[in-house]
Amino acid sequence: MNHRVIIGLEVHVELKTKSKMFCGCSADYFGSKPNSHTCPVCLGLPGALPIPSQQAIEWCVQIGQALNCNIPLFSKFDRKNYFYPDLAKGYQISQYDEPFCLRGNIDINGKKFGITRVHMEEDTGKLSHEGDSSLIDFNRSGVPLVEIVTEPDFGNAIDVKAYLQKLQQIVRYLGVSDADMEKGQMRLEPNISVSLDVNSKDLPKYKVEVKNINSFGFVEKAINFEIERQLEILKTGKLPAQETRGWDEGKNATVSQRAKEEANDYRYFPEPDIPPIRWTKEKIDELKSSLPMLPDEAVEKATALNIKVVDAIRISESVQVFSTFMGTAPIAAQHGITAQGVANYIINNKKMDVSGTTPAELVTEIVKLNKNEDVNENELRSVVQKILSDNPQIREDFIKGKNSVIQFAIGQVMYVIKKKIDINIVRKLILEELK
Amino acid sequence: MKLNNLTIKKTREGLTNKQFSSTEVVNNCLEQIKKHDLNAFITVCEKESLEQAKQADELIKSGQNLPLLGVPIAAKDIFSTKGIRTTASSKVLENYIPEYDATVITKLKEAGAIIIGKTNCDAWAHGSSGENSDFGPTKNPWNEEYVPGGSSSGSAVSVAANMTIAATGTDTGGSIRLPASFTNTVGLKPTYGRVSRYGIIAMASSLDTIGHFTKTVEDSAIFLNVTAGQDKKDATTPLQAVPNYEKVLTGNIKGLKIGVPKEFFIEGLDKRIKENIENAIKFYEENGAEIQEISLPHTDDAIACYYIIQPAEVSSNLSRYDGIRFGNLRDSFGQEAKRRIMLGTFTLSVGYYDAYYKKAMKVRTLILEDYEKAFQKVDAIITPTSPTLPWKLGEKVDDPLAMYLSDVFTVTANIAGIPGLSVPTGFIEGLPVGMQILGPHFSENQLFRIGHFYEQAHDFYKRAPYES
Repeated sequence: MNHRVIIGLEVHVELKTKSKMFCGCSADYFGSKPNSHTCPVCLGLPGALPIPSQQAIEWCVQIGQALNCNIPLFSKFDRKNYFYPDLAKGYQISQYDEPFCLRGNIDINGKKFGITRVHMEEDTGKLSHEGDSSLIDFNRSGVPLVEIVTEPDFGNAIDVKAYLQKLQQIVRYLGVSDADMEKGQMRLEPNISVSLDVNSKDLPKYKVEVKNINSFGFVEKAINFEIERQLEILKTGKLPAQETRGWDEGKNATVSQRAKEEANDYRYFPEPDIPPIRWTKEKIDELKSSLPMLPDEAVEKATALNIKVVDAIRISESVQVFSTFMGTAPIAAQHGITAQGVANYIINNKKMDVSGTTPAELVTEIVKLNKNEDVNENELRSVVQKILSDNPQIREDFIKGKNSVIQFAIGQVMYVIKKKIDINIVRKLILEELK
Repeated sequence: MKLNNLTIKKTREGLTNKQFSSTEVVNNCLEQIKKHDLNAFITVCEKESLEQAKQADELIKSGQNLPLLGVPIAAKDIFSTKGIRTTASSKVLENYIPEYDATVITKLKEAGAIIIGKTNCDAWAHGSSGENSDFGPTKNPWNEEYVPGGSSSGSAVSVAANMTIAATGTDTGGSIRLPASFTNTVGLKPTYGRVSRYGIIAMASSLDTIGHFTKTVEDSAIFLNVTAGQDKKDATTPLQAVPNYEKVLTGNIKGLKIGVPKEFFIEGLDKRIKENIENAIKFYEENGAEIQEISLPHTDDAIACYYIIQPAEVSSNLSRYDGIRFGNLRDSFGQEAKRRIMLGTFTLSVGYYDAYYKKAMKVRTLILEDYEKAFQKVDAIITPTSPTLPWKLGEKVDDPLAMYLSDVFTVTANIAGIPGLSVPTGFIEGLPVGMQILGPHFSENQLFRIGHFYEQAHDFYKRAPYES
């Protein structure tokens, strides 16, 4: 390798609290009539004041705890000042130098990646442009938003994608966000730079931030595109510009949005309308001990039931599937079905949406599926004969000693017969016909 | 009988005893507003207040008894009033009509008060004389060539000139106490967080306090009984019990320790005011209080500290006025607002934040510690409210620094968050003088007791302009 890739991530997650971050308006705005979830506070009317949501703050801390962060006993909100039509107050209430969570880490693909910070802020309104006019919808204004920032520890798009998937999984396990990217509940911003100095540990003197990415797949593409683009520039002896780019789905490329030189000076200062937050150690411990089961623990529990790690990971992707699996396994055992059998059934039958299926129902389905249907042996034999004559290659391979071809033949037979039958009988018939 | 000259106490007594009606009181006030062109009001709610008076009279007839039932109150025009234009005395909000009431307005209405009108002030409460109003300056009723003090100029004048029974104000650096001392009224700046800021157009959020102007200290206590307390809409109002402030007016100050800070009696303080305040202090001493000289060593740094923190918060608080959803565009801001936006934007900028804002916050802590140390020795502190008498209209408008310095005795209370009460102590050359009584956080009851004791023996409130 003649270059080094350095990637850090900023991820925004919208919390699914009932009310907004600083007022009583419903935060469940998706699909609602524009400006129907508003009040003086989230509209930033003169004189209105923010009241922070305790629920949102505690969930933010729990996200930090799930990412092994340190929770300082003192924290505060700050104002991030900038002008934009979708920003009602002319500033965003965020956290600057004393966020709720600091210095965590996460295991991805057997490696440890650093979490710099997890902080709380409010979402902005939404602009839409119609012809010559622009419209503002403040339904999203003030919806609680948690920002998770990583260290520049990632060296490739594969680890990044795995991190993002795991982060999504964690917030869903915590029950604090649906993290649905289509609805903008999870927004991804990788910061990417490349260095030709493979031995140095220093960060390059520039970085490129890619915004507005709404799928893990696009993150992967955007990163790989950026690595190539930046390498081309570096190879000419130049330094890529420090800038913000966006992912253009149509072009399958990143496009420059804003050079950092024009970047805002946000003039952060402590939010005077909200007193600082002082935690007690007891409260932090209480929040930690009330954390629900997290994905890593789920995988451990599944593997403890003697199922393959790869399947344990699949089965733990969603907490709903996992809990159905855990509920089904003991009942299935009474019917002589192994935990692996249950896992197979859920995975192979794409039964990943198990909501509405009780463990008992699931066991009944598996038992039914496992029960072999009776089949007329003569009928079966004629199918075997037809398969073998249609596919002379099978016989040739068999003669050459390729025993694996039997498996292929079984598959062909099963495909034609379209019944759940005992494969041992099929194998026996094939072998007989081949001899 | 001129009903508009009454105090809250006397108005309520007369209404309850059916000596006169609320409609008569309101009519007398409206007549007085029309009679003297002092530019104290931006909006007079003539129709609404007469309707409300009528309703109040019905309630009184049916035996209702509420602390402010039927009493006309004027509100500084930065208190949001539902359906009534609220301008902050700025052209930016010339046509802004709030869709909701400030918490204090709600509380006043629930206590039966009638909002008689919205008073003039320095635009966005930026100023010490009332002259920064985009709607023209307010005149001092004791001498119309003089400023009434600001920023709550119209509220002070409306009470002093008997155009209302009482009025609300806001005090960020002295905006209630200074005009109170310039107009022979009682002005209370409560402890930070004692009264909700919700719905009041913010100037500098960490310094803004919500108080009022009354004719007597007793009225001030009655008023605070209505407005004080935790508000679920203002996160900076603590859950701190609200005593009955009227009950503490015991007329007893024996053994009370009063501190006199040497830093306030210095060069630049008008000698006549010095003498006036020393006499007031002597009065307390003669009546059993213990007087101690104390030191508040960081007083000198207060104005510098204030003029960093305050414009920083102002620059941020005025960001929402972008003219997109309501109000006029930002070029409608007046000179003083523009000056503060620029100052604040500068001090918060990268590279300057540590040198200015952060340092000012450290000084803020030192000033707070000065007071904490002082209040270990004394129960209250007495100072002049202003180092000078009211000045002539136009005298300082071209010298913002001189204008800023008029708050030198009042800003420290805002920086420390402690309460302050300005009480009339007489007249010099026909212009009013006031003393400032300061106390520890949430010691309003003590301030009332001390102020009331003086007032009982010196009834300057009985004097009215245009009548002497």
